[in-house]
Amino acid sequence: MSERTTKQRETDADESTEADASDASPTTVTSGATSTVRALENAGIEVMFGVQGGAIMPVYDALWGSDIDHVMMAHEQGAAHAADAYNVVSGQPGVCLATSGPGATNLVTGIADANMDSDAVVALTGQVPQTMVGSDAFQETDTTGITAPITKNNYFASDADTVGDTVGEAVALAGSGRPGPTLVDLPKDVTNDETDREPGMPQTPETYTPQDEADEAAVDRAAAAIETAERPLLLFGGGVVKAEASEAARSFATGYEIPVVTTMPGIGTMPEDHDLCLSWAGMHGTGYANMAINHTDLLIAVGTRFDDRLTGGIETFAPEADVVHVDIDPAEISKNIHADYPLIGDAGRVLEQLDDAISTAPNAEAWREQCRTWKVEYPMDYAAPDDEPLKPQFVVEALDEATSDEAIVTSGVGQHQMWASQYWTFREPRKWISSHGLGTMGYGLPAAIGARLAADPDEEVVCIDGDGSFLMTVQELSVAVREDLDITVAILNNEYIGMVRQWQDAFFEGRHMAAGYSWIPEFDKLAEAFGARGWRVDDYDEVADAVEEALAYDGPSVIDFHIDPAENVYPMVPSGGANDKFALSEEQL
Amino acid sequence: MSGGLDGPAPEERPTPDGRRNSQGIRIDPEAEAEPEARRVVLSALVKHEPGVLASVSGLFRRRQFNIESLTVGPTTDQDRARITLEIEEPDPGIEQAKKQLQKLVPVIAVTELEPDAIRRELALIKVDGSAPDQVGAVAEMYDGKTVDVSQESVTVEITGSEQKIDAAIETFGRFGIHEIVRTGTAALERGTRRTT
Repeated sequence: MSERTTKQRETDADESTEADASDASPTTVTSGATSTVRALENAGIEVMFGVQGGAIMPVYDALWGSDIDHVMMAHEQGAAHAADAYNVVSGQPGVCLATSGPGATNLVTGIADANMDSDAVVALTGQVPQTMVGSDAFQETDTTGITAPITKNNYFASDADTVGDTVGEAVALAGSGRPGPTLVDLPKDVTNDETDREPGMPQTPETYTPQDEADEAAVDRAAAAIETAERPLLLFGGGVVKAEASEAARSFATGYEIPVVTTMPGIGTMPEDHDLCLSWAGMHGTGYANMAINHTDLLIAVGTRFDDRLTGGIETFAPEADVVHVDIDPAEISKNIHADYPLIGDAGRVLEQLDDAISTAPNAEAWREQCRTWKVEYPMDYAAPDDEPLKPQFVVEALDEATSDEAIVTSGVGQHQMWASQYWTFREPRKWISSHGLGTMGYGLPAAIGARLAADPDEEVVCIDGDGSFLMTVQELSVAVREDLDITVAILNNEYIGMVRQWQDAFFEGRHMAAGYSWIPEFDKLAEAFGARGWRVDDYDEVADAVEEALAYDGPSVIDFHIDPAENVYPMVPSGGANDKFALSEEQL
Repeated sequence: MSGGLDGPAPEERPTPDGRRNSQGIRIDPEAEAEPEARRVVLSALVKHEPGVLASVSGLFRRRQFNIESLTVGPTTDQDRARITLEIEEPDPGIEQAKKQLQKLVPVIAVTELEPDAIRRELALIKVDGSAPDQVGAVAEMYDGKTVDVSQESVTVEITGSEQKIDAAIETFGRFGIHEIVRTGTAALERGTRRTT
């Protein structure tokens, strides 16, 4: 906690003894800005991430003395990603704050990221005064126009009397039903104007009524299909995590002994070392998960939107399967994959309904045996000979080994992200924090900051990053140092935009155009320059010590692992291909 | 390059027989063709507030729904407006358009109108003024009205179905059309059926 905020809190404590004891509120609302802050307090917001600037200054001023912690980020993109990861780890809405113009546009990547992954992020942006809106004023941009397609809903606040309720609605809406980002644009006159109206408790709009329970008749039909399936397969997506339905999902899977695959955001809904769990499916998912997908006769999909990285080509996706699709968002039903048994509702609630409706478990022992056979036939393994450069998979396993089951892993986007999700064994939800749908390089470090502030102190936070991803948001290391955050960044450094290089090898005849770095910073020294601790690791025998020291260091640390630059990610389903035709090596592409 | 894994190669793996079409529906590839597009009218009751029309039109652009016309206007409730859209899509696309529209927070209700719903469009057609009597006669034929006359031009107002207006425009063509404007379809259910 910064010195300023701590001091201010002490002052407040002194004053409160003199203040009217019957008044629970520390202050009364005096302006649109104080109303905005009060609304956030009413919503239970404890921390927010932002960057100062002209048009948002009134809101920042109103935060002076508030109990809400503010983390001053280096760049607004970092603020949005930190808020996003805060949400994924804690389940509480993440709030980010930026000024108008470039502040708002810098948030855009993070908002789009939250939108793709259905994360509850609330963005508050300053705006020029309403009298100047439309005049192309200094730092004016059409923030609500720009963010309309990437928010669940956005708001242009126009009145100091109602701004608090609008902010409350934005917070409530972000976290309810299918979560997603919301934004409130705050013109400076609205935040500066006087008001004495206290905002009410946060409420979703009247017209917003997500369905909790699925239609009973539809549940009965799906239940009958499950009872008679010969090759049933559960597919758990990120929606299971959002709905806090992992326990219900696990007991459903184990109760009926149905094998499970997850999507990448669904990692951890089922313990990955469980006999029934086939880990995650899709482009770089396990061979056994992808075999199961393409041979199941009943795919029971919960909280997933059938993203193309999961399905590969639509024509060849689960071609023998009827599909049960459980989702709280009706628009996801039959959007990409036709649902034979659509069940609209909350994931946990619908699984309970199904459980009540099923009288006999499917007879699927032969199918389970087939899945076990695939696990043996297509093992996730790698060779790590001593005379070859360090393998990234070894580094991921070493980190997993050295940390507790409670550890949280964030990542950037690219090869390192795939290795991390393949070779780390996740046993719980909200531990794998990544940019799934948008694929935002640079997500990992700011996400680690947000995750650290949401996590319990005894949960380690590890950012497995790539050299390219790390360079995109490296400035946020200054925040981790300033806030004294205990995070460990492990860079899997191959001096390439590695996934691009992999595709160039496979599909562009090895022409490495703009994929390799002819020079790259020494990240251990860069870390030290920021005031963090840094290590460089080139060989297998240095891995364990560096990992141990970095994890033991109570502050931000960076290990620059120089890995085999030739290593590629397998299995790989070529873009648009059939899931069961994954390549196990470059020759098979 | 390295990083290969063990296991049977792709061609050694059994291949399932089934297949889906581009809508993700499981099909018999011998029997079923891709679904054909049909044209429908959607009516959306929305909150009457700034940005709603932009959200709706942005949604249709972004998701590449084939939009034929869009009209918007107030209702008897000053807090609500009605947006009428005509789209041409295969059935899964129509369902998806309705659900995506319904998902927008300021959208209160969405209905797909029955095929026999009342549909009207208005057109103003400015034709060359050299034969005003003949223009008037044609206008009458289409139940139209002459709304402006000058030395150079005659402007006629026609309301009716899209087909009727297409036909009128074609007929006026022989006088020489200077310019036209059309509103897009406004539509309401017949009888006691409620539109939304």
